[in-house]
Amino acid sequence: MAKALVIAFSSSDAEGAAAFGQALGAPFDILHFGDAPTDLGAGKMISASGDVPADALADGLKAVASGYSHIAAVSSMHSKDVMARLAGLLDAAMVTDVIAIASPTVFKRPIYAGSIIATIEVLAEPVVITFRPAGFAKPTRGGASTTETASLAGSGSTKRVSVSARASGRPDLTQAKFVVSGGRPLRDAQTFEQVIGGLADKLGAAVGATRAAVDSGIAPNECQVGQTGKIVAPDLYIAAGISGSTQHMAGIKDSKVIVAINKDPDAPIFEVADLGLVADLFDAVPEMTQKL
Amino acid sequence: MKILVPIKRVVDPYAKVRPLADGSGIDLTGQNFAINPFDEIAVEEAARIKERDPSTQVTAISIGGPEVEDQLRKALAMGADESILVESTAEWDSPSVADELAAYLKDNPTDVVIMGKQATDDDNNQVGQMLAAKLGWPQATFASKIELKPGEAVVTRETDTGEETLSLPLPAVITVDLRLNEPRYIALPGIIKARSKPLNKVAPKTSPRLRTCMTGVESPPSRQAGKRVGSVDELLAELKGRGVLNG
Ligand SMILES: Cc1cc2nc3c(=O)[nH]c(=O)nc-3n(C[C@H](O)[C@H](O)[C@H](O)COP(=O)(O)OP(=O)(O)OC[C@H]3O[C@@H](n4cnc5c(N)ncnc54)[C@H](O)[C@@H]3O)c2cc1C
Ligand SMILES: Nc1ncnc2c1ncn2[C@@H]1O[C@H](COP(=O)(O)O)[C@@H](O)[C@H]1O
Repeated sequence: MAKALVIAFSSSDAEGAAAFGQALGAPFDILHFGDAPTDLGAGKMISASGDVPADALADGLKAVASGYSHIAAVSSMHSKDVMARLAGLLDAAMVTDVIAIASPTVFKRPIYAGSIIATIEVLAEPVVITFRPAGFAKPTRGGASTTETASLAGSGSTKRVSVSARASGRPDLTQAKFVVSGGRPLRDAQTFEQVIGGLADKLGAAVGATRAAVDSGIAPNECQVGQTGKIVAPDLYIAAGISGSTQHMAGIKDSKVIVAINKDPDAPIFEVADLGLVADLFDAVPEMTQKL
Repeated sequence: MKILVPIKRVVDPYAKVRPLADGSGIDLTGQNFAINPFDEIAVEEAARIKERDPSTQVTAISIGGPEVEDQLRKALAMGADESILVESTAEWDSPSVADELAAYLKDNPTDVVIMGKQATDDDNNQVGQMLAAKLGWPQATFASKIELKPGEAVVTRETDTGEETLSLPLPAVITVDLRLNEPRYIALPGIIKARSKPLNKVAPKTSPRLRTCMTGVESPPSRQAGKRVGSVDELLAELKGRGVLNG
């Protein structure tokens, strides 16, 4: 019988964890780092803590994961780091970035930067999964789960020397309702912050960027959206000075409304944008900021 | 210092790919192939480490059919000392690739494995972490800076919120991100010179034990081009009209 352990590595993942558990249609427990509600339909809410490198964390999770057929977590750089190592420790199969569940052993996921949706059949359990919550219906709330605390006692030889987390004060990109993104033409970090950041703050939006913008130091790396960056699913995605490469599109396809501002009327981004404005972003974006 | 760089041959990352009409797989007709861009960054990094310390030995390895020779030769041209083709036309999923690489590493002592964080065809982002786990080695994924010292790797890695720096005792597995370096351009003489470097073909030490398989593919629902607006005012009116913005 299938039984899932769904992991929420941060409190903002708890709802997504329940959405996946409910969509799987099998009993599930939620292991959560940080706070989580207790009415998410889980059998047990298991609270855990520990901010340690992947080797120790995966080792600790291995003990908790025993007895489950599915061990899943919301996709993030952190979960990919840890969950793939956990799969290795369990000698298990892994399916990354699941967007739909056909049955407890058949999943859909994007490949080739989202140009193709593949159906993956799991041939052996347990299976380790990361999933994108945007693909799943909001979980039904109700009932109270039992709660317990797990102490993760894993060991590892990696030491953390330093952390430089940039607190932007803006919403989390992967959960934001609005995202304003900029590309290569933004020139430098100051211009990017002023033009893209200015509109974002007016909207209460998160800030995103293309790889080209990040690589040239215009935007911080954690803002990269796309195949190899973050996947966003906001109500509104504003792309300013972004050409619309396959790799960038891979990260924004789940947005409800995409607005493109680009001075080239033939830019590929217009082929997917719901609303397109052919204009110089240095005129249009400040004008938007001012008129909002 | 011995460095192993596993590489995968993938469809040109800038090409358009489509499903076969019957949905049984990817239409590969007419496609060009390349080293997975992340693996190219890994080869480049190993080549730079060797340039700084010529006693470094760099081996590129790939599991695949005879066609992967092209990519392994390119790795030699970029600076690897030898390439190994683990020749197999079978299907290998991530745990099987990790098992085979682990078997190679058990027989061939190596200080550090440097490899791509993900292959741009399957977008799995799995093999490096699985390999590290199977060997019981520490790992640093998504590296944007690597410093190797005797017995230690100091790696700066990209995280969801910024960066962090880890210290790992060697041996270790490091997977690389886009901003680690920019791979060199290889001119023709380099590729010709690489012909004198060894490219060894070996049989796999393990047989793939598939834990997942792809049973079909389809195109994603396509987004339609929407409406062109002529001004910022019109844009804001549309957004308000659609209920995306208040007002
Ligand atoms: C392995 C791999 C992984 C990748 N992963 C990602 C990823 O995760 N995310 C990502 O974004 N990319 C990724 N890329 C890169 C991707 O292929 C593109 O190179 C990148 O997205 C282009 O960024 P851009 O749109 O900012 O720049 P460009 O392609 O240079 O486009 C700039 C656009 O701005 C327009 N423009 C210029 N000036 C103005 C102005 N004043 N006003 C308005 N418009 C203007 C131009 O018309 C143009 O369309 C990846 C590539 C590879 C090979
Ligand atoms: N067939 C293979 N042979 C050698 N290395 C591979 C192979 N497949 C994947 N890899 C390595 O594993 C990395 C991650 O791939 P993946 O987990 O499939 O996204 C790649 O960047 C390669 O370094």
